[in-house]
Amino acid sequence: MAIPDTVPIIGAGWDDVLFVVFAGVLLGAALLVVTMRDIIRCGLAMIVSFGALAGLYVLLGAPLIAAAQVLIYIGAISVLILFAIMLTQTKAAPVRLVFQSQAVPAAVLAVVLALVVALAAVGTDWGAVPERLATATEALAGLVFRDYILPFEVVGVLLLAAVVGAVFLARREEGAEG
Amino acid sequence: MSHSLEAYLVLAGLLFAIGTFGFLARRNAISMLMAIELMLNAVNLAIIAFGTFVPPLNTHAAAIVLMVLGVAAAEATVGLAIVIAIYRNRRTPLVDEYDSMRG
Repeated sequence: MAIPDTVPIIGAGWDDVLFVVFAGVLLGAALLVVTMRDIIRCGLAMIVSFGALAGLYVLLGAPLIAAAQVLIYIGAISVLILFAIMLTQTKAAPVRLVFQSQAVPAAVLAVVLALVVALAAVGTDWGAVPERLATATEALAGLVFRDYILPFEVVGVLLLAAVVGAVFLARREEGAEG
Repeated sequence: MSHSLEAYLVLAGLLFAIGTFGFLARRNAISMLMAIELMLNAVNLAIIAFGTFVPPLNTHAAAIVLMVLGVAAAEATVGLAIVIAIYRNRRTPLVDEYDSMRG
């Protein structure tokens, strides 16, 4: 059975519909992350938003980045954050106030920031072409391991230093309780 | 809509603004770290969008995003370790109760 060129009933192209769906899920889940009371649910909503972002990367023709997004963000960073939630939350924390006293100015600032970014994005001529250029994974591999080899190695050393530093920071002192 | 750079940039800007709000407004240190992750993701989305729609940036954007992913992983590791270390000492994850240096 062939898939029609446009979405039935709506009449828009598949990629436009997918963009709207992914963007809606992304923004909705992100709003839940910053507003929900229970921090475990915030963490789970964050996983949903990362998944929607991976879908947007596929839509943008960058499948390797989408795979890296799923592996690193959904697979590693989310698990790390969920473990940190497990280690640090007291039972009293979720029922207490979620926002600081500066929440209203922060909301105003966020709205202003979004408006400024949107205006700058729409008002600037970026030299963009109207069609999407896919990222060839083979060309990307050549670029990373040839032109970007120094940053690549530096990131590797940085990750090693971060892991050693995190183990040092989070370990228990000898004889200390807790 | 999905064929214009501006749509993706506006989306990235909205996501970044949501992350900014979360970072400034939440009381929980881990919530603040999650908001930082949202902001990093917004920047990644903008970079990938530029790489997709601006021909000279095409493959370079993906290479840069891979570096950002690595740095973000390092940042999350160290940030969460610091939160856990502070929690050991202060018994609370709420940042407005870390007030021992308040004058």
